[in-house]
Amino acid sequence: MSEQAEQNQQLILEGQHDENQYLTFMMAGEEYGMNILAVQEIRGWEDVTAIPNSPSFVKGAINLRGTIVPIIDLRLRFGIADNEYGPLTVVIVVAVEINGQNKVMGIVVDAVSDVYSISEEQAKDVPDFQDSDNAEFVHGLVNVGEKMVVLLNLESVLNLE
Amino acid sequence: MSIDLSQFFEVFFEESLEGLDAMEAELLNLEPGNEDMETINTIFRAAHSIKGGSGTFGFTSVSDFTHVLETLLDQIRDGQRALTAEHVNLLLKSVDCLRGMLAALQAEQEPDLTEADEIRKRFEVILGLSEDIDSTNSDTPETQSENTYQIDFKPHPHLFKTGNEPLYMISELAELGELETQAFYDAIPDIDSLHAEECFLAWRFFLTTSKPESAISEIFEWVEDDADIDIVLCGGLFESDLSNDEDSTPSVPVSTESESRLETSEPESKAVTSNVTNAPVVKKAEAKKPSDSSATSIRVGIDKVDSLINMVGELVITQAMLSQIGEQEITESTITALQEGLAQLAHNTRDLQENVMRIRMLPISFVFSRFPRLVRDTSQKLGKQVELKLLGEQTELDKTVMEKISDPMVHLVRNSLDHGLETPEQRIAAGKDPVGTVTLNAFHQGGNIVIEIMDDGQGLNTEKIRSKAIANGLIQETDELSPDEINELIFMPGFSTADEVSDISGRGVGMDVVRRNIQALNGSVEVASAPGVGSTFTIRLPLTLAILDGQLVKVAQHTYIIPLISIVESLQIDISKVSRVGKDLDVLRLRDEYIPILRLYDIFNHDGAIEELDKTLLVVVESDNHKVGLLVDDLLAQQQVVIKSLEANYQKVDGISGATILGDGRVSLIIDISGLIKLSGLKRPGSQDLIVEQNAVGGAA
Repeated sequence: MSEQAEQNQQLILEGQHDENQYLTFMMAGEEYGMNILAVQEIRGWEDVTAIPNSPSFVKGAINLRGTIVPIIDLRLRFGIADNEYGPLTVVIVVAVEINGQNKVMGIVVDAVSDVYSISEEQAKDVPDFQDSDNAEFVHGLVNVGEKMVVLLNLESVLNLE
Repeated sequence: MSIDLSQFFEVFFEESLEGLDAMEAELLNLEPGNEDMETINTIFRAAHSIKGGSGTFGFTSVSDFTHVLETLLDQIRDGQRALTAEHVNLLLKSVDCLRGMLAALQAEQEPDLTEADEIRKRFEVILGLSEDIDSTNSDTPETQSENTYQIDFKPHPHLFKTGNEPLYMISELAELGELETQAFYDAIPDIDSLHAEECFLAWRFFLTTSKPESAISEIFEWVEDDADIDIVLCGGLFESDLSNDEDSTPSVPVSTESESRLETSEPESKAVTSNVTNAPVVKKAEAKKPSDSSATSIRVGIDKVDSLINMVGELVITQAMLSQIGEQEITESTITALQEGLAQLAHNTRDLQENVMRIRMLPISFVFSRFPRLVRDTSQKLGKQVELKLLGEQTELDKTVMEKISDPMVHLVRNSLDHGLETPEQRIAAGKDPVGTVTLNAFHQGGNIVIEIMDDGQGLNTEKIRSKAIANGLIQETDELSPDEINELIFMPGFSTADEVSDISGRGVGMDVVRRNIQALNGSVEVASAPGVGSTFTIRLPLTLAILDGQLVKVAQHTYIIPLISIVESLQIDISKVSRVGKDLDVLRLRDEYIPILRLYDIFNHDGAIEELDKTLLVVVESDNHKVGLLVDDLLAQQQVVIKSLEANYQKVDGISGATILGDGRVSLIIDISGLIKLSGLKRPGSQDLIVEQNAVGGAA
């Protein structure tokens, strides 16, 4: 798993000059994107084991082929009202490096949308959200056709400290 | 191409380090004047294998060094020389030195040979060899002093034609002492006018040697007429900074280029540089990360492997039987056969698991064996007389646990020697045997391994600890503490009672680190002490970190696992024996004890659990001598669980030691009892008396 993550990291680094592919997903009507190289797999929602005294956005942990993987609800992480989990609800399993450690985590989103190629220059600077708690989660904004996609900074979204 | 020997390096290092351990242990057993021939033989064999191995792998520095050592041992073995205490000390020193050299080689660095050379010289003096080796020099080792010479060597272009090869001279120079080489290649014309038979290179050497100048000029004797040679004494200090004496040698074009650039200039100079690196020259190793040696291999007895193979064989048979049943039509009898087969499978799996675990188990003597030396050295330094007793050396524990427990133990033993034991005079004054005793004892207790470090010294000075703790702001002047509680304070961060910081202990970063390291292994450490009688540190550790026997319990709709080892009993609550203490703490009177009731659903913030005490079950658990009752909805199965880390992808969760995967693939969390007690806030001021009272009960039992 960590090898995979390392490889991904390598690819991410190499790809920086060039275009990056982003996997986008829907959440509360908005489209968000994350670097596709961080994505390990996409699963349907399944019951989780609750972790006591964890923040509300940590739904619990699942068994991913012998590894314990925490599941994070992105709506709750962003402070958006939560949603009933339905048949479209998916868990995106991602591998990220947090504080020098490779971690595998699952993110609950409303639905998976599309894959776009976006160059680093295209990603517009983050507007000044000084007051917003969520500013650190946003890597940049990008226009794809008529739509605006929010590119996430997964490292800070998943850094629970 | 020759075989790549580097693939065998690891084995060599491992064997050599084992050999050194053996040598050390045997050396400590040696009593000069009354030595056992077998012991000498063992030491000799170990030294001999290291010499042989290092020679094979081209670690000449090691093999040369071991050679002298071996010569001495050989003479002792043949009775030509009597063993003295000095020999033993020197041999022990050389064991340390070899360890350092091997470690450097393992990290692919050049070993630092200054210490080795010094020891080697002393050996040579003992052996009476030093005269032979310094054939050019009649200096006795006592009067030897090192000088640094600056040698400028500029061969005339026709040097090669006279049949002389500068490379040989440079290697000869390198043999005299520490050599630093600088080559000047400015005179090299461009490739068109370059003449292969002419020498365009010039060198400047800095040689630090104990040999006289005549030894150096001897090397250049044959080329005196074919080169400009200038030998200047730079004084005792080694000056490598060229700019300091730039003016002294105007005859040579000065270049401050580094050696490394040289390698690209000409094949000739390449040969020179590489050769010099191979010669026994002290080179400051670059700051290279030391290789992580924690991922080493382990040696397993062949019997353990054989029994594993047997078990796998049985497993295969069971599997064949089960698949045969699977192909049959389902009838009453096949179902019975299936059940039998499954039972056998369960049996096989458990056997296999136990045996696989056993492979990781090593006798604790691996850790204990380093202590005789430590105690010997430390007690000599402190001027104390100490006898070390080792008990239960064959007690086995997991290799990972063993590696991590060794440092905390060293610390505790040093502490006992430094603070615990008194000096012989003090001991005599106190009416004790002048020789103090430190005992290391290891044994199994339940699923734990217990290691005790006992000394018969002065015990902990509670008054001193108390005043120190007050001075450090750890407790208040007004706090009333029992002696045991005061002793506990030594584990607080930033606590040290040593009046002076010694190099043995007393930097105040000790005991809290010891405790933290042990707790990181799910273990605990306690101290018991009696003034004037001694103190005992008790370390408790789980045998393995991988698997535990668990009791599955239900709390609301969640399943948790309580380690079976910490469960004392499970019972239905007799509501008449429950009383409420303070605001919200229920206490059950169970026989002679008061058991605080912890509501798991409350601590873990789960809704929907049964709250009425008489409808639930109480699991009484014990941790660190505290007994508490955990309120659960129901008891489920007991099973062995494989511990998985929750921290790997998430973070530490208070009250939870890890996670596991149940038979149905779901994740279940394992409760960490001592963490849970902390989390429940049972130790807060309001309920402190309760815990103290419990301690008293626990201590008396």
